[in-house]
Order: sequence, then C-alpha cells, then structure tokens
Amino acid sequence: MMPAMGEEGERSELEQELNLFTPLLLTTDENFAPGHRACIGCGEALAVRHVCKALGTNVIVVNATGCIEIFSSLLPQTSWRMPWIHTLFENVGAVVSGVESAYKARIRKGKIPDRGVKFVGIAGDGGTTDIGLQALSGALERGHNILYCCFDNEAYMNTGIQRSSSTPYGAWTTTAPVGKRSIGQMTWKKNMPEIVVAHRIPYVATACPSYPLDLMEKVQKGLETEGPAYLHILSVCPTGWRCAPEETIELGRLAVETGVFPLYEVINGEYRMSVDFSVLRPVGDYLRRQGRFRHLTEKDVDRIQARVEEDYSKLREKTGAN
Amino acid sequence: MANADVISAYPITPQTHIVERLAEMIADGELDAEFICVESEHSAMSACVGASAAGARVFTCSAGQGLELMHEVLYIPSSMRLPVVAVAANRALSGPLSVWCDHSDAMALRDIGWIQIFAENNQQAFDLTVCAYRMAEDQDVLFPAMVHIDGFYLSHVIEDMELPDEADVADFIPDYEHPFVLDPERPVSMGCYAPPFIYLEAKMAQEVAFEATKPKILEVWKAFGETFGRSYEPVETYRMDGARTALLTMGSISESAMLAIDELRSEGKEVGLIRLRLWRPFPFAKFRQAVKNLDCLVVLDRAISYGMGGPVCGEVKAALYDKRKDLSIVSFIAGIGGRDITLDEFKYMINRGEEKAKMVALGEELEPEIIGVRE
Repeated sequence: MMPAMGEEGERSELEQELNLFTPLLLTTDENFAPGHRACIGCGEALAVRHVCKALGTNVIVVNATGCIEIFSSLLPQTSWRMPWIHTLFENVGAVVSGVESAYKARIRKGKIPDRGVKFVGIAGDGGTTDIGLQALSGALERGHNILYCCFDNEAYMNTGIQRSSSTPYGAWTTTAPVGKRSIGQMTWKKNMPEIVVAHRIPYVATACPSYPLDLMEKVQKGLETEGPAYLHILSVCPTGWRCAPEETIELGRLAVETGVFPLYEVINGEYRMSVDFSVLRPVGDYLRRQGRFRHLTEKDVDRIQARVEEDYSKLREKTGAN
Repeated sequence: MANADVISAYPITPQTHIVERLAEMIADGELDAEFICVESEHSAMSACVGASAAGARVFTCSAGQGLELMHEVLYIPSSMRLPVVAVAANRALSGPLSVWCDHSDAMALRDIGWIQIFAENNQQAFDLTVCAYRMAEDQDVLFPAMVHIDGFYLSHVIEDMELPDEADVADFIPDYEHPFVLDPERPVSMGCYAPPFIYLEAKMAQEVAFEATKPKILEVWKAFGETFGRSYEPVETYRMDGARTALLTMGSISESAMLAIDELRSEGKEVGLIRLRLWRPFPFAKFRQAVKNLDCLVVLDRAISYGMGGPVCGEVKAALYDKRKDLSIVSFIAGIGGRDITLDEFKYMINRGEEKAKMVALGEELEPEIIGVRE
C-alpha cells in the first residue's frame, strides 16, 4: 500500500527514502512521444505518458475516438512508439478482442512466434461509460487477455465539454448548463469500476496521474493479469473543469484526499485501498478550485459531502477496513 | 475451407446457421480458428477489423438489421485496406419487421468501399466466397470483399453442389501476409486523424486503388475457372443473341428469370437476360458492352429508394447516360420483403417493359412500377 498523503512527519524515514529512490528506477524511455497537441496542463496526456512508460513497447494499443486519439495522431505524425490503431468511438472492446484473438490463433497455428505481446484498449469516459459500454462489457465477459484503461476526464471534452454519465453531480457542462432550474449535472457519476467488478474479472483498479508510481504499478499488474484487467484513471482537464493548468496534479490529489475519487484495487474480488484516510478532507477543498462547480451553494456542497462519505464508507467496508 | 484464423459473428436470421456450422467445425476440431461470440454486429465487424489489422484471415456474416448496425464499421476496413471477407444473407429492413429477402440492406451498403459480388445459387455462394478471399488478399488489392446471397432463397435452400478438394482450395487461397500489421517488431499507427489538408488525399488514394482492383477481380475469376472449371464475369448474360430487349437482375431471382426468358424465346420473342454479378466496383465497360445492341432494358430492383425508385435502375441509367440516349430503360420493383416473383410476373415485366419503352422513347417520364401488390 502506498503511504497515505498528509504531513511529512507521518511517514517513516524508510518510506521517505523509498519515495525518493523509486522514481530513479523508472525508465527514461518516452513511449508516448512528446510534441503532441494536448491542451496545456492536460492530466490525460500525463496519464497516457505514465501508462506508456509502464506498458513498454511489446504491446498493441487500441484507441477509441476522443481527446487522446485526436491530440496524438494528427496525420502525418504520431506520438505512438508502439503499434497503435484507432477505428471508431464505441468499439475499443471489440477491436482489442479481435487483435488478441488474431494473435492467439496465429500463434497456435504456428504462423507467428509467441513473443508475449500484450493488448491494451484505451478510451475516455464517453467511450467507456456511455457509447462503448456494450463492447467493453462483451470483451470483459468473454475473458480476453487484455488491459483496458479508461481515461476519465468527466465529460466529452474533445467535442467541447458535454456531459457524460461520468460527469459528477453539480458540474457545469455545455449540455448540462447551469440555469434557473438547473445546477448543471443533475445525476450522480456512474460508478464504472463497480460495473466492471460485477463482471468478476481478475483485476480492477482506480488510479490518477497525481500518484504516478501507483498508476504505473497498476498498469504493470494489469498487464501481468491473465484475463481481462481494467484501470479507471481520473484525468484532470483544466479546459473542461475550468481550473488553472498548473493545478492539475494538485486537483488529482485533492480528488483522492477528499474521497471523491478513491484509489483502490479489486484483485480477484478482494478489495484493497491503495491510499486510505481515516479522515477525509472536506469536498469543498476540491470543488472550490474548479470553475465548473463555482455556482454550487453550501447546501449543494453538503449534499455532495454526504454522498462522498457514504460511498467512501461503503468502499472501505468492502475492504474489511470498517 | 478458407481456413480463417478469426471468425466473429452475431446471430441474425437468415444468416445464423452459417456461423452455427462454423462454430460446430471449431468445436469438433475441424477448423482451427478463434470464434468471437460478440454482443452485436457492430462488435462483430469491429473484432474482424482488429483481427485483420493484426494479420489474421477473418470471416463474418450478417443480414438486414445486422448489416445496418455494423454499417459504421464497414467503412473502416476499406479505408485501412484490410481484406475482411463477409457474407451478407440479404434481408428486408424494418419496419415492419421482416426476416425475408430483398436487397434493401445491400443497397444501403453501396458506398462502403468493399468489393461486392452477388451470387445466384449455392454453388456460386461457395465459389464466390473463395474468390473473395483471393481478391481481397491480393497484394495489389487489399480491400474487403462481401458476397451477397439472398436470404432464405439461398441461405436456407439445400441443393446439390460440387465441393472442391480442400487442398485445391488451400492452393488457390494460400496464407497471405499483409505488408502492414499491428506488430511490436515494426510499430505502425493505423487510423490516424486527418484534417482537411490531408483527408482528401487519403480518400483520393483509396478511390484510385479501388478502381485498380477491377483487372485483379477478372484475373481471380479467370484463375478460378481454370482451376475449378466454373467461370464468373462481372456482367453475365443469358440468351442475348439477337435480343433487342433484356431484363436486368441481381441475385437468386436470375435463375427464375432465365425460365421466363426461355418461355418468351419459345414464343418467338427476341429477349435476353443480363445479370449484374459485380456490384462494386461497378463494371461500367462490361455493362455497356452487354447492352450494346439493345433498344429496351428492363431493370428489376429488389429494393426501394424512397422518393427515387429502384436504386439499381438509377445506377444503370447513370452508367448509360450520355452513352446510349437511344436505349429506353424501364424500372420495375418486385420481390420486396420475401414476396415471390412468379414466372408470369417476369414475363409481364418484359412485355410491359417493351410497351413502356415506346412511351419512354417518345419522351414520357414513367414512374417505377411495383409488381405483385395485392389490391
């Protein structure tokens, strides 16, 4: 388990030393090349960079339409140093199933050698929780040997900040605008990791690039898993969240520390908190930093606080912590 | 027999038993392939695209609504130059719901950029699917190919056919290597994003390459004929000697139409039949050659383009516009939603077509006539 964030004094000396030493072990290879066209401060681009470091290059990446695909593949250039394919918005689960099956069949038939190639599907929250949900569910249910990463920036940012089912309650978006009769998003964020857990696949985890070592470790675990693995990565979007681009890392941390986006793993059905807090920071610390929540009243914030606490407590119960 | 590596399909009448049988063959160890039982036709074609991009030989089949659901995905293998092979068991589209045959689904797929071929009987369905692999996988082609077989009329009819030796088929369509596959040893990016400064060039390249498949398609059919003794042509004719009037058909109704032609010939009428086998790329030159001596062409459509008429007729007129102003083209629509077309109806269309041709020649504009509607 990662050391909990908080006062430096709470960590042992050994932990502090490890925290300084471990990054030195990371590869300096950039498998996701710089020079892409993401917005300034894009948490998603950062997350993809970390994920690609952990993936290495013996992988095939299948990408849904969305921000990542757009900012990384503008013809005639590409940021991908591993084989990469994009076809459509809603079919990553199916395409990656096809790629994996092709390798399986061709290796079995002796047409190609088995070099241990891994298969990774990546999509945004729209491509995962909305339009791509069916294809993903099919791939998980069939048990393909794949890792699926959802980069969740909590709205359709590529098309201009429209709400998705992953947009949090109370957030302003262009299709859930704030008005006399609306506080923006009127529904609660779909709990996608739990939907994936219900498929009883061997590995499910949440992650955030504000915790890069944890993120990379989870990518590696997902890759090593026999069968489907799913990673849900909170990706701060300064453009859509209406926050300063230099606050990306801090907001990711605040999302975790307030319990809004807890980091945890579900390994063969066993829940484990990656970072745990006995006392959560108030959600206001997270919400007030973002323009998309600036219209919320104290009452709205209280409602969100209650929901976050309830969800966090339920999650901890599953880990056996309560 | 094509020894596919990956098969991905979703159940839909009247296609289902094709993949059921393939699943049985895999279950019995007769066929070494991965069968991906997907959750939709959209995913079936998506999985085929992924598998084909990874270098596998793939197969799927679908029909009607299924083809419509996978419609979006069908444009992908043609733009990525992936030799996916599919069979379409043609079926009417909802609503009202119908599982029966017409060509509405096929006509909705005109612009997907696939090689599209129509079969008239089960022997042809087999032969043309084998040919489809050889066409699609030709290094100078590398386009997806679809064989249209009429739902029920072909998909559910049991008839005698000659199954060639498996080894001969394997020789005819040997394992192929795509020049660009998803392989970490040689990383490539596929399906990139193209802004206006480069999209047009990509599409132009696709169109030029697709046009260039025509001679390769002919080569494959010629080679098939030499190997297996059955030859195919982009446009095939029947009893066209001396004919001034011809009926144009596609798919299984062509065989019934032949009977009608025989009867009319025995009555002394000089009529023939033109069967359009290659639908895309459209065989303009071969088609114009086939209608060279005609005064009247009767086009039978198995689909309705609402507010426009018969889609095949529209295309045929376009193919002949400026070339054959003297040829009268008459449009009939029949066989919609599995309605049988009787021998008398075929004869009626040809006879009535000739009458209408005279009116067309006088400059009258005629609506397409729908045949067999109950009063």
